[in-house]
Amino acid sequence: MTRRRIRTWLIGGIAWFVAAILFGPIFWMTLTAFKTEGDAYELALFFSPTLQSFRDVFARSHYGGFALNSLLISVGSTALCLVLALPAAYRMAFFPTSRTQPTLVWMLSTKMMPAVGVLLPVYLLFRSAGLLDTVSGLILINTLLNLPIAVWMAYAYFCEIPRAILEAARVDGAGVFHEIRHVLAPVALPGLSSTALLLIVLAWNEAFWSLNLTSAKAAPLTVFIASYSSPEGLFWAKLSAASLLAVAPIMILGWLTQRQLVTGLTFGAVK
Amino acid sequence: MNSRILFGLAIGLLGAATGHQAPAATRITIAAVNNPAMIELKALSTRFEEQHPDIRLSWVVVEENVLRQRVTTDIATGSGQFDLVFLGMYEAPLFARRGWLRELRDFPASYDLDDVFQSLRDGLSHEGKLYALPFYGESSMLMYRKDLFAQKGLTMPEQPTYDDIRRFAAALTDKAAGIHGITLRGKPGWGENMAYVSTLVNTFGGAWFDQQWRPQLDSAEWQAAIRFYVDLLREYGPPGATANGFNENLTLFASGRAAMWIDSTYGAGPLFDAHESQVVDKVAFAPAPVAVTPRGSHWLWAWAFAIPTAARSPEAAREFALWATSQEYIRAVAAHAGWAAVPPGTRRSTYANPAYQQAAPFASVTLHAMETADPTRPTRDPVPYQGIQFVGIPEFQSFGTVVGQSIAGALAGQMTVEQALRAGQATTLRAMKQAGYLK
Repeated sequence: MTRRRIRTWLIGGIAWFVAAILFGPIFWMTLTAFKTEGDAYELALFFSPTLQSFRDVFARSHYGGFALNSLLISVGSTALCLVLALPAAYRMAFFPTSRTQPTLVWMLSTKMMPAVGVLLPVYLLFRSAGLLDTVSGLILINTLLNLPIAVWMAYAYFCEIPRAILEAARVDGAGVFHEIRHVLAPVALPGLSSTALLLIVLAWNEAFWSLNLTSAKAAPLTVFIASYSSPEGLFWAKLSAASLLAVAPIMILGWLTQRQLVTGLTFGAVK
Repeated sequence: MNSRILFGLAIGLLGAATGHQAPAATRITIAAVNNPAMIELKALSTRFEEQHPDIRLSWVVVEENVLRQRVTTDIATGSGQFDLVFLGMYEAPLFARRGWLRELRDFPASYDLDDVFQSLRDGLSHEGKLYALPFYGESSMLMYRKDLFAQKGLTMPEQPTYDDIRRFAAALTDKAAGIHGITLRGKPGWGENMAYVSTLVNTFGGAWFDQQWRPQLDSAEWQAAIRFYVDLLREYGPPGATANGFNENLTLFASGRAAMWIDSTYGAGPLFDAHESQVVDKVAFAPAPVAVTPRGSHWLWAWAFAIPTAARSPEAAREFALWATSQEYIRAVAAHAGWAAVPPGTRRSTYANPAYQQAAPFASVTLHAMETADPTRPTRDPVPYQGIQFVGIPEFQSFGTVVGQSIAGALAGQMTVEQALRAGQATTLRAMKQAGYLK
């Protein structure tokens, strides 16, 4: 009993420690956002808080415009990703062929290429297609970036579902559409919703392509943050305030949906 | 959610995203670097829009390295995303040589181009033609604590030498009181530590290349300069100096933890800002120190407006660039935020103005530095390149940063000065061979 209690305490302690390390930067960013630029370089935990940085940020940039672009891009690309990934994962999970595994590995391998390596070709393609500085262009690029992850995750969830359930439905006369809608969807929903949440987070945080493919009209919040960094001039407090404003919506979403997220992410983890 | 809803949502979003309205006025997109002078410009630009109702401004503000990458991609591919871009003195002649920028000429008399520092116009020109208008300029100088000098009975000479600097740093360092004798840039990067290190090497009599483009990092001058830099910072500088760039050093100096600092003349402004600085009434200025030659002992840099060849509205862009770099704009900033906040280092008239001299006690040292910095003759011996704290060739960004990393390695004690310079020499030699300067 004592040994078990020690183990529980130990695991709890490690969990708190890891959580503190993970939360540390966010905590520090939040703290810095309420400091003056002069205090921002100091390590002090106690200071007189000010909202000046937030006032400066709102006076300088149109936050709402950036946030709306982020929302359109992350929701749009997630929707498009799921539309493309679900049929692919369905086919691969329930009707695998000898090429299924190599195809999956190949899809994932595209994530291993450094993005900057294809910057120029993508930039030229976007220029020819008139997609530079458009929300639709960023939806497209985020879809392409996240599609391998979406397919892999959906594939993993589908593989967890016993094929016998689907076969039973088929025996009862269900077509593919009914089979997906009434049998597969309810079972796979926790997994798929956590996939969607992850895709939203990934698209929300995407910075490289957003910085390079947008200028004034379609810039999302990652570009908004980048405008507060400077090697000459004190901007730490404003940068922190801007970052806090940029991550706040997605963090709130994460908190609200953490149960689904954890269920979804651990679903199939043992396999 | 089923897939039909998702598909509908995606199509809806795509439709919403592409439905842009054509604007009635000419809209120009400006790619700008994030710094206080630019923020003031953005705030005051509504006045320009009031004066020019047919022109509307869109701003893209980013950190300078991102800006460089973004602007280079846009200009090199001729995409025309930007009508007006902020360029540094390093890029302007390089871009002009490739035909990526529009020449700027036929200025109205009210603009008074001759009032703009000749050194800046030279640095922003290619083959005698001007391609960018300077928005603010900077050189480098020595900033020091006059109260600590008085306490120790030290006097700053009119033109300090690096021997003086070592002597002062030794006398001023007071580790018990948390005061470091000197602080300098240590963060690796071609625009970070190498900006300062290049000026140090220049004044020690060295250069990046000889007339045949052979790298000179293995020369006695480089050895002497880097050894001096490493010893000085290790003995009298703050710990962890390899993490310090301009901002970190500004904070060290402004909070009273460093007695001397050699860096951009731009640093003087924040040091006189009582909100950011605890040393407002204790700071004094002197020219950047020299060793064996005054040539190249202080740098010259400017952020300037240029119009890409592919710009969609070049006329409107030119109109705004002229306004933003005019005397009229400088007076507008003075009226709005005070003379200390005006963009420094561009026009002689600013320095001749008694109100500016009074608001900015560093004006005379800055003026002297701006006028004596000559990017066309940066070193003791003649060199085939332009630029004081950089070498005006496209390859410099890459090998400059790698050499900067080696020197930071020597400063951190990971390697000796000899090893760092040997590695630097090899890197630079390889880069020059690959680029075809050397066989």
